[in-house]
Amino acid sequence: MYLNNFLVIGIESGLVLSGLFFLVLGVFSKSKDINKIIYFATIFIMLFGAVMSGGSNYFEGSAFNHTFINDNFALKIKMLILLSVSLVLVVSYRRLTSNNLLVFEFPILVLCSTIGMLVMISSQDLIVLFVGLELHALPLYVLAAFNKRSLKSSEAGLKFFLLGALSSGLLLYGCSLIYGAVGSISFYDISISSDDSNSWIILLGLGFILCGLSFKLSIVPFHMWAPDVYEGSPTPTTLFLASAPKLAVLAMTARILIIGFEKFTDGWQQILCILAILSIVFGSIAAIAQKNIKRLLAYSSISHMGFAIIGLVAGSQVGLTASLWYTVIYLIMTIGVFTFVLNMETKDVDSLSIQNISGLSKSSPNLAILMTFLICSMAGLPPFIGFFAKYFIFMAAIEAGFIWTVVLAVIGSVIGSFYYLRLIYYMYFGDTESTISIDMSRIEYLVFVFAGVFVLVGSLNFFGVDEYLRLAVESLFVND
Amino acid sequence: MTYLLSYTLFLPLIGAFILMVFGNEGKKESILNIKILALVTTCATFLISVALVVQFDYSVSEFQFIEDRKWVANLRFKLGVDGISLPFIILTTFLMPLVIIASWNIKDRVKDYMIAFLILEFLMIGVFCALDIVLFYLFFEAGLIPMFLIIGIWGGKDRIYATFKFFLYTLLGSILMLVAIIYLINLSGTSDIATLSRFAVSSEDILLLGFSIRGGVQTLLWLAFFASFAIKMPMWPFHTWLPDAHVQAPTAGSMILAAILLKMGGYGFLRFSLPLFPEASLLMQDFVFFISVVAIIYTSLVAFVQTDIKKLIAYSSVAHMGFVTMGIFSMSHHGIDGAIFQMISHGIISAALFFGVGVMYERTNTRLIDAYGGLAIKMPIFALIFMVFTMANVGLPGTSGFVGEFLSLLGAFESKPIFVSFALLGVILSAVYALSLYKKVIFGNLIKENLKTLPDLSMREKVVFAPLVISTILFGIFPYFIFEMTSISVQFLITKVELETAFAASSLVNQFDLVLRK
Repeated sequence: MYLNNFLVIGIESGLVLSGLFFLVLGVFSKSKDINKIIYFATIFIMLFGAVMSGGSNYFEGSAFNHTFINDNFALKIKMLILLSVSLVLVVSYRRLTSNNLLVFEFPILVLCSTIGMLVMISSQDLIVLFVGLELHALPLYVLAAFNKRSLKSSEAGLKFFLLGALSSGLLLYGCSLIYGAVGSISFYDISISSDDSNSWIILLGLGFILCGLSFKLSIVPFHMWAPDVYEGSPTPTTLFLASAPKLAVLAMTARILIIGFEKFTDGWQQILCILAILSIVFGSIAAIAQKNIKRLLAYSSISHMGFAIIGLVAGSQVGLTASLWYTVIYLIMTIGVFTFVLNMETKDVDSLSIQNISGLSKSSPNLAILMTFLICSMAGLPPFIGFFAKYFIFMAAIEAGFIWTVVLAVIGSVIGSFYYLRLIYYMYFGDTESTISIDMSRIEYLVFVFAGVFVLVGSLNFFGVDEYLRLAVESLFVND
Repeated sequence: MTYLLSYTLFLPLIGAFILMVFGNEGKKESILNIKILALVTTCATFLISVALVVQFDYSVSEFQFIEDRKWVANLRFKLGVDGISLPFIILTTFLMPLVIIASWNIKDRVKDYMIAFLILEFLMIGVFCALDIVLFYLFFEAGLIPMFLIIGIWGGKDRIYATFKFFLYTLLGSILMLVAIIYLINLSGTSDIATLSRFAVSSEDILLLGFSIRGGVQTLLWLAFFASFAIKMPMWPFHTWLPDAHVQAPTAGSMILAAILLKMGGYGFLRFSLPLFPEASLLMQDFVFFISVVAIIYTSLVAFVQTDIKKLIAYSSVAHMGFVTMGIFSMSHHGIDGAIFQMISHGIISAALFFGVGVMYERTNTRLIDAYGGLAIKMPIFALIFMVFTMANVGLPGTSGFVGEFLSLLGAFESKPIFVSFALLGVILSAVYALSLYKKVIFGNLIKENLKTLPDLSMREKVVFAPLVISTILFGIFPYFIFEMTSISVQFLITKVELETAFAASSLVNQFDLVLRK
């Protein structure tokens, strides 16, 4: 019985042990190539973990007195996270090498953050949730400041750390209020013991918790860190920030809201609804003025997260499936676009200005067309898969009766399409020749082509991914 | 399942794909090969669509050549045509080879140009034969992207402003339609157009933000669809994107924009607004008639004062679309038949007119009326052809332009004679601007030096004009060729609309009855 606990946390334990082993190896090894070895070993370990969590249900179950649960939902989301982080590491290799940032600490920090994400998703308990949240966030602060020679990077790391610590504090305060009202930290206990007498304290605590979670998701009005951190961090960190943590925090938010606070559905629905609309509209408008492509992508991810939250607002199985589907597609598009951005960067100060992609259609037509596919998908234009991502979100929201939300979101997406179109304008309409030379390694090109083609072909056939997510969500709602 | 419709639909896409993979612009011969491949693809598509017409059964009103395939989620990739969509498909496949020949002299990025047009053809045919509402929406909106690139890359001086305005304006309208589509799918549980046509949306008055809305949910959904189709058509006052887009687009782009993309709005009204929202259409009839009449008169007057030939023809397109919307919302057999005919004939005529402007522009590099005068002396054949299409634009009996206008006005007169009396002014006004344009450009003395050495039409240009002239006069004398396609389907549509509105009206009468008897 006791042993079963450790079996359930098997994947996380395995990753922790490998992380520690790599750390020791890295410190004490005299080999010159040890950084590369550890880098690729991390990728391999994460892929192995993905296969384990997705393929077998060896690790299924509930551990440590129902504080840590590995249900179908958790396992499936873990597989997606591990896959996307491995892909992020694969794509970032060349950029890290050329920036002299390829030290063994980088993949180990990424590994630690990933372990935190995995713990977060499985949490059934406020403390385990906090542990996971902090474990995933602290390495991110370091990763943002990773480029010791860059002032911007240190600034990004510091801003991220300060604001992140503040938001974690708010979250912890909310947790303590809830503990005070309910007397227990387990989600299940929270859901059954809320009644009229203590509901106002729980709502207050819920508000604070949502503040902390919205920060991690970079939703307005807790989004201020995103543009500066995205711009200042080294681009591989930006890619990592923009991808897997969003899915992890979304899944965790879904779990805590749907299982823990199911009696307060009206409350958090309204809050999230307003946050979502603000994110979509503000993210779209603010992105229009951006000249740096990483800042533009930061605002764009703010607005994307707004859309993803709308699915959560619906509060139904369909809604959560739509949210997760949206985030998965957002992951693929982000990895695709960042593969391009990673190769745009040079030693130049404004190498990342969006005007640098002018004339790309003449110098590298294949790259330009794939980039156009990714951009149109991000804007939500049919026939790309980004349209279907938005379609399912709107479908779920309208089904739940949130029609005005959808109308405002839709108008926000039209405003947002302007800056996406402007990128296409730079690539195709200019007469100037491109000033950058983008040469990707074979594997990066493969990933880029895969993302670009998937975005187009995915509209014909979802390849079972939506079914996969639907099964995951089903187990969450059943497992009450 | 016969796959004729799939062949028509996917052949341009396959052509585009082959061009993408194998096309290269290295040598002169390869550029010629690219153009020839595009031409062959579009001609082949036309021939297959002729087979569609030949095998079409004119006596039934149901959808034919139906192909139903599994797609994503609960949606189905369903294609089919009926008497209303078939003429539009033929129009598209007929015009595309002419458009390719018209673009023969493109020098810059020929491969991308041909790929864009072939993909546009694929999307346009898809709009007209989609039988699943989300599939329709997908094709409808996806057509914006190639058009955005066509205007933006190969357009005129101010093309960036024009293409962004075109894209964002049209996107705003269609995205509101998306919300209505999703709501409709939610309400009825299906996304199949044929099933949706039989679904009755409630037209009870509802309260929205304190306002009482007559016709309730149906009116709101009608308005959302109207936003999209009115901007696409375009109807006054949502027409401001059209003059800019037309002036800045390349010749072939304007031909396609005017001939086919505009008709998607009219098709949308016929396929969605009338069958799905009949009571709302009846309630909003006066509103639509009002803006149609304003469109006809106002834009004709604006066309008269234009100095750029292309802008003049663009405004005349808006005016002609005013007749179309009057015909559609008259909800009478004559009216709708006339509206469809007007759309087809306007497609041919405006394509010819824009090509005529392109012919002039290629020779003198200007579109200003002041730069021309006396072209009849050096370009007599061109003057003759331009005369044919000017007369067709005015609506001279004997050309196809007359039949459409006359029938739509006749159909509208049955219910709204006062609006039609004002619209008839528009017929006179169209003669005013068209004939004045013709006089200024073609007649008069040949004073300007650069015009004295202009060559008349080349063989290529004659090849483009010939089918257009023949169709215009043929359909003007034998309009039956189109009416035999549309008649039964239109009758079915009208019967359905009348039944639904009568049902609503009769239930009102029944309620009155009950109240009185109490």
